Amino acid sequence: MILDYMVSPFAGNAFMVNALLAGVLVSIACGIVGTFVVLRGLAFIGDALAHGVLPGVAVAMLLGLPGMLGAAVGALGMIFGIGFITRRSNLSSDTAIGLLFVGMLALGVAIVSRSHAFSGDLVRILFGEILGIRVSELVTQLAATIVIAALAVVCHRPFLLLCFSPEQAEVSGFPPRRYHAIMLLMIALTVVVSFRTVGTLLVFGMLLAPAASAALFSRKITTMVLCASCIGAGSVYAGLLASYHFNIAAGAAITLSASAVFFLLLALKQLLPGLGVARGAAK
Amino acid sequence: MTASVEARALGVGYQGETVVADIGFRLEPGQLLALVGSNGSGKTTLLKTIAGLLPPVAGAIEVFGGKPLSRPAGVAYMGQFHPTSFMLPLRVRDVVRMARFARHGLFGRLSAADERAVQEAMAVMGVDQLAHAPLNALSGGQRQRVFLAQAFARDADLILLDEPAANLDGAARGIYRRHLRSLTEAGRSVVLATHDIDEAAECDRTMLLAHRVVAYGVSAEILTQKAILSTFGMVGKYQEGGIVIVEREHGHDGCQDH
Repeated sequence: MILDYMVSPFAGNAFMVNALLAGVLVSIACGIVGTFVVLRGLAFIGDALAHGVLPGVAVAMLLGLPGMLGAAVGALGMIFGIGFITRRSNLSSDTAIGLLFVGMLALGVAIVSRSHAFSGDLVRILFGEILGIRVSELVTQLAATIVIAALAVVCHRPFLLLCFSPEQAEVSGFPPRRYHAIMLLMIALTVVVSFRTVGTLLVFGMLLAPAASAALFSRKITTMVLCASCIGAGSVYAGLLASYHFNIAAGAAITLSASAVFFLLLALKQLLPGLGVARGAAK
Repeated sequence: MTASVEARALGVGYQGETVVADIGFRLEPGQLLALVGSNGSGKTTLLKTIAGLLPPVAGAIEVFGGKPLSRPAGVAYMGQFHPTSFMLPLRVRDVVRMARFARHGLFGRLSAADERAVQEAMAVMGVDQLAHAPLNALSGGQRQRVFLAQAFARDADLILLDEPAANLDGAARGIYRRHLRSLTEAGRSVVLATHDIDEAAECDRTMLLAHRVVAYGVSAEILTQKAILSTFGMVGKYQEGGIVIVEREHGHDGCQDH
C-alpha cells in the first residue's frame, strides 16, 4: 500500500520520471553551489541572480529566442553590473546587489506586463514547469551539472581557502577575485539551467535550504556537498509525491519539502546536541 | 646574498592614502624583525604590503629579490583577524593542511612529506591531539595555535605574523617563541607585528611605528624609554595589581591602569 503510494506516480508516467531526473540534477548542482553560497554568505547575491534573470528571459521570449539564453544574458548582466557599481562608487556590494536586484525584477515585470500572452509565461518563469521537462532539457541540465561538478573539483583548493580567508587564498597563489568570479558564474549557471525546472523564485530555495540543512551537522565541506545534494534529491522526490497525490504546484512542493527538512533538522539538533558540531566541546 | 625583504623609500597605506611613509630596511635570512606600535600605527598595513595583500603607495618593496606574491610557497602569512565563519565545517587538520596548497597549486597531490609537515606543525603548537576536532569547537587560544600551526606548516623561508601571541597563554607563548628562534637559526626570516615590548626585545631587530618610523635597528639598542614614549605616548611597567604608567608624553603624571 505504502510502496504503491510512493512508486505508482512514477510507474508509466514519463513526465514524472523526467521531472524526478531533472530535479535530482538540479539538486546536485544546487548542493555543490549552495554549499559555497551558505559558507561564504553569498545568499543575497544568489537571491539577486535568481530574480535578475527575469528581464533576460522575458526579452528572449519576446524575440522568440530560448529562455535559457535570455536567463544567461540576465545573469551575466547582474554579475558585471554589481562589479561595475562597486568599482565606480563607494557603495558596498550589498547595496549594488540590492539596486540591481530590484531594478532587474521590476524591468522583468514591466516587460511581461506589456503582453497579455506573457501572464502564463510569468508563472512558468517564477515557479518553473518541472512536470513539462523534455528530454533535450534533461540533457542540457546534465551537461550543466557536469560542468559545475568539474569546476568544483578543479577549484576545490581555492574555494576552500576563499571560504576560510580570502587573504590566505591570495598569499597561497590563488587570486580571490578570479575564484570569486568563477563562483558567481557557477551560481549563475545553476540559476540559468534550473529556472525551467523549479522557477526563478524557487531555485533560490533549492540553493539555500539543502545546503543550510547540511551545514547543521557536517564537519567537512565534501560531506556538506554530498548531504546537501542528497537532501535536495530527497526533497524533489517528496515534493513530486505531494504534488501528484495532493494536486499541489510541483516546484513549490519541492522547495517546501527542502525548507521543512531544514526546520526538522534544526529541531533535532536542539533536542540532540550531539548530532551537530558541538560548539565549545574542546574548550 | 639576496635579502628576504628589502624596502626602499616605501610608503604603505590603503587606496592611495599613506599610513606610513619613507620606510627603509633590509631583512636578511635568519633575522627576526618586530614591528611595534599602538593600534592604527601602521604595523598591519606594512605586514600586508610585504605579504603582497596591499600595493605600495610609494617606493619599492622586494621579497627574495622579486615582487611580493611572486613566491607563494616561500612566504607564510598569518593575519590578525580570521573572518572564519563560525559554521565553517573544517577540522583542525584541514585548516593546517591548507598551508601546503601553495606548493601544489590546483592539481598537485599532497605527498607524505606534506602530511609530515602538517603533523609536525600541529605537534609544535600542541594541537595534534585536536587534529580531528572541528575548528568551531575550539577556544580562541586553541584557534590561535591552529593558525600558527598553519603558518609554520607552509615550511616557508619568510614568515609574516600579525599579533601572533594574541589569546595565547604563557605556556603556549613560550613554545611559540622557542619555535620562532629555532626557525631563524635554520635560516628562516620572520616579521611579526606586536604591541608587546618584551616580545620585541627577543627579536633581532625592531621597527617602532607611529604613523612614521620612530626608530629601526637592533632591538637592544633602540628599545629605549624615549623611543617607546614616542611610539606609544606613554611608558609603563608591570607591577602587582596592574600596569603602572611611569611617564606620559606632554608631562602627564603617572597613574594606575588596571
